[in-house]
Formats: sequence, structure tokens, C-alpha cells
Amino acid sequence: VCIHRVRSYSGIRFIKSKYVCVFDKSALKFSHQQRLFRTSAVSCGQIVQFKLSDIGEGITEVTVKEWYIKEGDSVSQFDSICEVQSDKASVTITSRYDGIIRKLHYNLDEIAYVGKPLVDIEIDASKGVSPEEDVVETPPMSHEEHTHQEIKGHKTLATPAVRRLAMENNIKLSEVVGTGKDNRILKEDILNYLAKQTGAILPPSPKAEIIPPLPKSETVPAAPKDRARKIPVPVSRPIVFSGKDKTEPITGFHKAMVKTMSAALKIPHFGYCDEIDLTQLVQLREELKPLAQIRGVKLSFMPFFIKAASLGLLQYPILNASLDESCQNVTYKASHNIGVAMDTEQGLIVPNVKNVQVCSVFEIASELNRLQSLGSAGQLGTNDLSGGTFTLSNIGTIGGTYAKPVILPPEVAIGALGKIQVLPRFNGKGEVFKAQIMNVSWSADHRIIDGATMARFSNLWKSYLENPASMLLDLK
Amino acid sequence: MVLQASLKNCLQLSCILRTPKVGFRSTTSGSLIIQSTSDDVYQNLAVEDWIHDHMNLENRQVLFLWRNSPAVVIGRHQNPWQECNLRLLRQKNIKLARRRSGGGTVYHDLGNINLTFFTSRKKYERMENLKLVVKALKALRPQLDVHVTDRYDILLDRHYKISGTAAKLGRTTAYHHCTLLCNADKFVLSSVLKSPYKGIKSNATPSVPASVKNLFEEDPSLTCEMLLDAIAEEYATQHQTDHHITLINPADETVLPGINNKTKELQTWEWVYGKTPKFSVSTCFNMIYKDSVLDVKVDIDIKHGRIEVCNIDLPEQWLPPAVCSELVKSLTGSKFCPNETTTLTATLLRVCPQDAELQSRWNLLCENMIMLM
Repeated sequence: VCIHRVRSYSGIRFIKSKYVCVFDKSALKFSHQQRLFRTSAVSCGQIVQFKLSDIGEGITEVTVKEWYIKEGDSVSQFDSICEVQSDKASVTITSRYDGIIRKLHYNLDEIAYVGKPLVDIEIDASKGVSPEEDVVETPPMSHEEHTHQEIKGHKTLATPAVRRLAMENNIKLSEVVGTGKDNRILKEDILNYLAKQTGAILPPSPKAEIIPPLPKSETVPAAPKDRARKIPVPVSRPIVFSGKDKTEPITGFHKAMVKTMSAALKIPHFGYCDEIDLTQLVQLREELKPLAQIRGVKLSFMPFFIKAASLGLLQYPILNASLDESCQNVTYKASHNIGVAMDTEQGLIVPNVKNVQVCSVFEIASELNRLQSLGSAGQLGTNDLSGGTFTLSNIGTIGGTYAKPVILPPEVAIGALGKIQVLPRFNGKGEVFKAQIMNVSWSADHRIIDGATMARFSNLWKSYLENPASMLLDLK
Repeated sequence: MVLQASLKNCLQLSCILRTPKVGFRSTTSGSLIIQSTSDDVYQNLAVEDWIHDHMNLENRQVLFLWRNSPAVVIGRHQNPWQECNLRLLRQKNIKLARRRSGGGTVYHDLGNINLTFFTSRKKYERMENLKLVVKALKALRPQLDVHVTDRYDILLDRHYKISGTAAKLGRTTAYHHCTLLCNADKFVLSSVLKSPYKGIKSNATPSVPASVKNLFEEDPSLTCEMLLDAIAEEYATQHQTDHHITLINPADETVLPGINNKTKELQTWEWVYGKTPKFSVSTCFNMIYKDSVLDVKVDIDIKHGRIEVCNIDLPEQWLPPAVCSELVKSLTGSKFCPNETTTLTATLLRVCPQDAELQSRWNLLCENMIMLM
């Protein structure tokens, strides 16, 4: 019996009882084994030093660049342990054993030596021994409960991990052709055998990868893998439900949004909603779209909404104001810098079109195009994102009718535009006609804006859009 | 020409592997030459990953030929801030990718060809592969003075680098890939591979700059297609296999199941920037405000691409301390990324005191901070 180290830790009682029963089994096992190797008889908690294996090309030292595991993590055979680099080659080192990492012998950027210990792994005895060499077993005394396997009088060579895989998939090792040294059966052989069974080498479904389960080289295994499966499944893919809660810190842009929205909550909001008949505007836009296209600009409805809002703000400047922190003073902003809410990968950002009061509808459209392309490329500048005085959110492009928008400080009003729907409405003659209806939902700061002001502004805005020709009268 | 012949032979990869005479685990060599139909660097890198992870290369070898539209590709353990001009990349819409092999930073465009030699781990042999490439070049144009150095570079005229090498070794398989400059834009190459960022302290693998030259400059009759064809022919000869190139589409899930997930992963910010080894930026810059010049000293520690620690040293009271500490607190944990910082600071500005002077100072400071990223 070889000497082995027993790792003792706090649960000493637990170890003792386990030790006893394992020892019994092992004793039986010994009498039947033909070849005995280093770590055959184990108690739980045996530490094995996993050495850095040969990299090839005569390389003797490498730099440790990334650890995929840390001390205390569980690993399975073939899991990625670390990434090392040597002369332009990046090498993924995978574990030879199942167990728990007990020690990392190197820190990041340190030089590691081939043949020297890389990590210490505590082999879990209850899950089976994983010696460096293969154990030739002549069951029925194998404590893996695997039935006797022989082909033509030859014993089958396979590591316990491979045997377990075969057992779980109801495969007789005698039917698998081994391609390893001395016809040893490797994990790949089991998987190829399975592949032949299911008739596909490369199955069409991305999920049913028959090829060896990949060591997930880029993610640290989040939870200890369940190796003690009792129910055999026909496909080798481990069906593990890994639904776990995931907690992430809130950082960066989202942290800033938390602050802004918390401040917005302090503003007493009131809402005002209405429906706008855009039938005439839809027609107008159809006529103007090709003209804008010729000038290289994509014309949506927003430029009209924005310009109409600015015309409205000229009559009701309180909606383009700002209340100071102490609520002592109201500042009426001269520029109408109208913000347009944009949905990007990051989330909601609100670039604004500057000085709408002196811009034509075409100029607004052109500027919107510029902001939209910068927004989708993630290249908006600070200037584009600050200085807004009033905001419109066209949530209707995604969907929805009525909304309850939240005012973006230091502004005092915001409008959310729903989607344009074709609905039946009555005209002046009492006839039903097809109308293009859009809903608008305004929110305003009730400390300085009253309902009547909001309603009148909305009516004016609505009249410009329902009868676009009237905008001509007031355009500057 | 190459494409025409191969179009007829565009078979599913699975069919190729399942050669008619023998099963999957055939003992005959059946080496394969494949070429990508895509010029997207992420899709092509994903194909390398896929082959590395899924193909059994015990008894066969694969040569993968690919070209990319303009992209900068950094090595697995490199720092993009240190290696290239990220601002310029963004302006010119040049993609940035991080490959899984080691080595240094390269610039790809359609005038550069990429070759990947896939073998089993045991048969990994870079020198042989490069000698094959040199042999192919010499067969094509005997007068070319090309040779392989012991750093695994290929030099033209003993002086100019025309090819760089990197490799990835896994448990059972390995690949060695290299570039080959045929007709790339050297002007863009040299400008994007020059980092403007100062004060970076990092243990990331540095690149070794070299003078480069295009094969086209030596012999204007050369094209990428000719080079690809010559190399494929030499490979076929040496591996005793058919000189026929199978085209693969890196977006085709039926041939390469799971490939789109690999492509997506390579494009994530977490992979491209987040995998940068821990580094720090210690620098100072001048800000011109009204009639004065201000010195600002900045110290930032970045881990996983995010700001771990941030210190901004401003002249006393230039910004109210509360405002300054709010900025630092918000930057901590945030991505070291200009877009993230722009949106963050613009949003924060909404809850700062609405004083025009303060706001313009804030904007000036933030713009300068963003320039560091």
C-alpha cells in the first residue's frame, strides 16, 4: 500500500467514518487488482500535485497569464485551469483530475516551469479515484458498480471518468473501439460511439454537441458540477439546469441614471394626454420624403413634431424653463434645445437638437440623422448630450399608445408619443373615415406649470400637426 | 479562379468529414483545405475557435484560408490601449478584435491573407508550416528573397517583415496562424498601430514593431488569390491530399453548429476590452479655461476593462469638492470606455447645480478624461 497524505480539516468525525468504509472497499479492491499504481488506495481529501505538462517545441518555461479557477473551486477532468503564454503561443491548461483546487503555485505574470507543480488538487475519494495511470480492473469488485467488461479475452483499459461516462450512457465498453495507447478507450471514443448511434457526426442542432464537452475556457465554472448522476441519459450532453440568480453591481452609466431618476422622482409630475389626427401630416410627409432623400436626408415624423413643439414653446415659454434647486427662481431658457430619447445598446440616451427655434424642418431632420448615426455607433459627444431644455420621446416606434413619461431634470416638461394607428373617426359631415391617430402623453412639473398651460400648449401643438399648413403662418 | 473551381465543391463540412470509404475516426490522412467566404474578422476567428473545439484532428490536418475587411487584431493577453490608436479606429470604422492565440498586434485588410494550420497537439510544428509557405512563395516567384527567422517571422529581402505568427494550444488540438502581406494599406497600418495614450503601465504582452513591406511592392503581378492558390497547392502536395479548396460560410449553423454564439462572444466588450490584463494610467494634461492653463494629474487603475480606482488631482476649488467626488465615485466601476463615460457624465450633469460656469468646467474636465480612453 502506498503512502499517501491525508488532509485533515475541521469535520474530523466525518472523515474518520468515511475513511473506514473506503478503506474496507479498497482492501477488497487490492486483492483483485493486477496492477497497482501510486494513488490506488485513497481516503477522501488526498492532495495531488498537478504538474505543468510538456508544451512542445522544447519549451521549459511559460508565463501564467490568466487563472480560470481560484483556490476552493471545484474542477472536473478537462476543465480549463489557466492560460499560459510562451513565445506567441497561448496554451490552455486543463485539469487531469476531478476535485477541489487547494493551491495555486504561481501568481499572474509569474514564470511557470514545465514538470513542476502548477496547482494542488484535492481528489474527492467518494467520487472515484483518478490516478495518473489507468487502472486495469477485473470486476465484479469494482466500486464503480460497472459490470464485467471483456472483449475477446482482453481487458478493457479506461480511466474511471471514461467508465462513468459509458455507464451513464448505457454503453458496454466492450463495444467501443479504443483509439488510445494499448487500445485504451478515451472519452472521445465513447462520444464518437454515441455519435454513430444517433447517426450524426455534426448534429444540426447547436445544443446537441456530441463532440467532447468543451472545457469552458473563458468562464470560471460557477457551480460545482454534479458528477453523481444516477439516471443514465442517451445523449452525452450533460443536462444540467443551471438557473441561478445572478447579482451584478450597478456601474457607470446605469449608476448615473439611478441618480437622475431619483432626482426626477422629487418633481411633482402631472400628466395630460390627447389624441392627434395625423392624416394630413402623413400625406405631407409622403410628398416631402423624396425631396429630402435627394438632399441626402431621411425624413421621419420627428422633425415635424419637434418644430411644432418649438412653435408652441414660443407661446408658452414656461415649458422651456428650469427651476433652481431651492425652488426660488425660474429660468426661462432662450434656446429650444429639444431632446430626442434614443434607445441604444447601453440604454436610454437623450441627445438634443440645438436651437430648434431657428431651424427649418429640413435642418432638424438633417441634425437628427447625424445624432442617430452617432448614437448607434456609440460616438455621441458631450455637447450633443447636454444642454437640453425640453424632451420628446417617440416610444411609439417600439409600440404603445399612452405613456407616463418621467421628466428629465433640470427640465420641466416631457412628451411621449405613441404609435400611429389607423382608426375609424367621424368627420365634419358625420361620416366615418380612416384616420391616422397618434396619442401624446405629456408630463410637467406641477410646481411651476399648471394644467391649463399644459392643455393649451398641447392644443396648439396638436393644431399645427393636424393642419400642417397652419405652421407656415408662424414659421420664423 | 480558385473560387470558381471550389464553388462546385461547396459541401457541408460534415459530409467532408464523413468520407465515403471510412468512418469518422478514419486512419487515412484526409487533410482538408478550407476557405472562408466572409471577410468579417469576428466570424473568421469564430471558425478557428469552432475547428479547435470541435474537430478531431488526431488523424487529419486542416488549412484554413481567410481575409478580413479592415481590422486590428490584438493577441490574447494584450492591451488595446497600449497597442493601437483606438480613437482612429473608431473614426475610421476599423474593427478591433482580440484573438485567442498569443503574440502581438496586427492590422488586417483585404490585401493581407491569413493562414491557419490546424493539427493535433502532438503534431504542432510552426517552423514546418512557415517553411511550407516560403516554399510556396518561391515556387510562385523564384526570385523572391524570403526566409523564416527564428522568431517565426517571414522576412522579405532580409529586412522587411511580411508575415507574423501566433499559436493556440489546447488539450488535444493546436493551431498556428500567420499573416502574409500582399497588398495591404501600409499607411493606415502604421497610423492605427501607433498608440497615442500616455502613462500606461501594464504587464500585457507588448508588440515588437517591425518594418513591413507588401509582396506587391516587390512584384506587382502578385495578387492575394495567387498567393492563396500557391500555398494551398503546396499544402496539398505535402499532405498528399486533393488540391481542392472547400468554401465555408461562417454564418452557417448547419455546417458549424454553435458558430454564431462564438462569433457573438468575440464581439462582446467583455472579451475585446474586458480581457485586458490589469493596468494603470498615470498621466497629466493641460486644460485651457478662459485665460488660464490648468494642470490636471490623473491616476486610474483598470481591471477587466473597468475603472477600479480613480484619482483626479485638480487645482484647489476649481470644481466644488462635492461635484468632483461625485464624478470620481461614478467613474469607479464604470467601463474605461469613451462612450460609457460620455453618457455617464452627461447624465450626471443633470443633477449637478445648474450653474453655467460650473457646467462648462465639468464638460471641459470630462472631455479631457474621455480623451484618455
